[in-house]
Amino acid sequence: MVVAVHLAVVLAWHLFVTLGDVPSYVMPTPEATLAAIFEDYNWLHNTMITTGEVFGGYLLAVAVGVGLALFFSWFRQFESTLMPLVVSLNMIPKVALGPIFIVWFSYGLGPNIIIAFSISFLPILLTTARGLREVDPDLIDLARSLRATRWQLFTKIQLPGSLPYIFSGMKVAVVLAVAGAVVGEFIASEEGLGYLMLQVQVTMDTAAMFMAVLLITLVGVLLYGLVLTLERIFVVRDARVE
Amino acid sequence: MPEERKIEDRSPFIRLAGVRKEFASRGEKFLAVSDATFDVFEGELVSMVGPSGCGKTTLLKVLAGLYDHQGGTVEIGGGHAFDPGRDVGMVFQQALLLKWRRVLDNVMLPAEILGLPVKETRERARDLLNMVGLSGFEDSYPYELSGGMQQRAAIARALVHDPKLILMDEPFGALDALTREKMNLELLRIWRESKKTVIFVTHGIAEAVFLGTKVVVLTAGPARMADMFPVDLPARTLDVKTSEQFGEYTRRVYKLLGME
Repeated sequence: MVVAVHLAVVLAWHLFVTLGDVPSYVMPTPEATLAAIFEDYNWLHNTMITTGEVFGGYLLAVAVGVGLALFFSWFRQFESTLMPLVVSLNMIPKVALGPIFIVWFSYGLGPNIIIAFSISFLPILLTTARGLREVDPDLIDLARSLRATRWQLFTKIQLPGSLPYIFSGMKVAVVLAVAGAVVGEFIASEEGLGYLMLQVQVTMDTAAMFMAVLLITLVGVLLYGLVLTLERIFVVRDARVE
Repeated sequence: MPEERKIEDRSPFIRLAGVRKEFASRGEKFLAVSDATFDVFEGELVSMVGPSGCGKTTLLKVLAGLYDHQGGTVEIGGGHAFDPGRDVGMVFQQALLLKWRRVLDNVMLPAEILGLPVKETRERARDLLNMVGLSGFEDSYPYELSGGMQQRAAIARALVHDPKLILMDEPFGALDALTREKMNLELLRIWRESKKTVIFVTHGIAEAVFLGTKVVVLTAGPARMADMFPVDLPARTLDVKTSEQFGEYTRRVYKLLGME
């Protein structure tokens, strides 16, 4: 059924272009889009670059998001003073920071990873912090009555207890990391799918632009699928946050 | 009958004298417990009953070593070494099972925290699950268990490290009335089999009288201990609840709580 719905959209797209007589530079047919893969745009290399940026920025976001949330849960006084600052800083549109990151970190992979990271780490921080707070106070008392160490409390109760929350933040962050990496490539880059899109835009190769969007989407789908798989492995069904 | 064991001639396992506990909140002092004075002998099941805000949970946490107290003395162990970390098992109103652990692994939690030998304790955990009537559910997840079964698992968890003292904070308060009755009988059986000293906090007057070898009555506003009396019932079966004797005990508590 799910597959059928997806296919129906592709069919509708096809019919819209052919029956509506839409010029191919405005919107190519699905077939023409797929055919663009055979044009020499170094697809593999560009896709790998974008994938690297997305995954790099994303992993950094997970590490920093979870790490910072943990730090806040251990030192509550920092949470009350620093969390508002983090939230304010998050109001800055990261996309607008792109040109500045390029000044700071020069051209290429580095700044794009940082843009992907900066745009995607906050949901992970917020959900993880929430998950760590949600642990039942009586459960903490139970552990304290056994004289559990802070580390035991974290590894046995807090971390596994907040995994469902961490994963819900991680799922939101996937789309953001992809967007961040592509925007970075738009601003300043010499490779990657975002860069490629700007190149083929000049020649009006709309089919190749559609192909690039498709590949970018697939990178996101791949990452999302990985996150879902990890969630299936590590989070008991009953505890998942949808 | 175990509750007829001669216990008076031994020195008490827990001795509370004039225990007082205050909380300070926004500069204002709030009295949570006062005048708590009673003894608990080894192997007793003492009920603490009273309305919300009477300090029964606070007193329980003082006994668990989670709170310090401002006045009076708290002596636990009856002259023997008592390690509040290792020698206390706790059961709360919610079962508080870790959702991501199977039942057996949940029961193992205190043993892991205390660093007890895994293999032996695992055997003990299985035996305890058997004792609380959960054999066959070792590998189930908590969400597959009913509320009463989850609370049974929580009781097994409180026993796994073989503590001397079990502290129960309204453990059956979240269960439906029938399950609660059933769990009362189960608790009496588990208490007899495990020979533990149990302190049982409840706001159910009949429950307190039915379970306790002794009932401690606490009142709220201001929080203080109103009375303590031993309960001498011929047998702890459901029939006893309709007896004249049982009625006298519950009337006594109602009177103390100003609910005649």
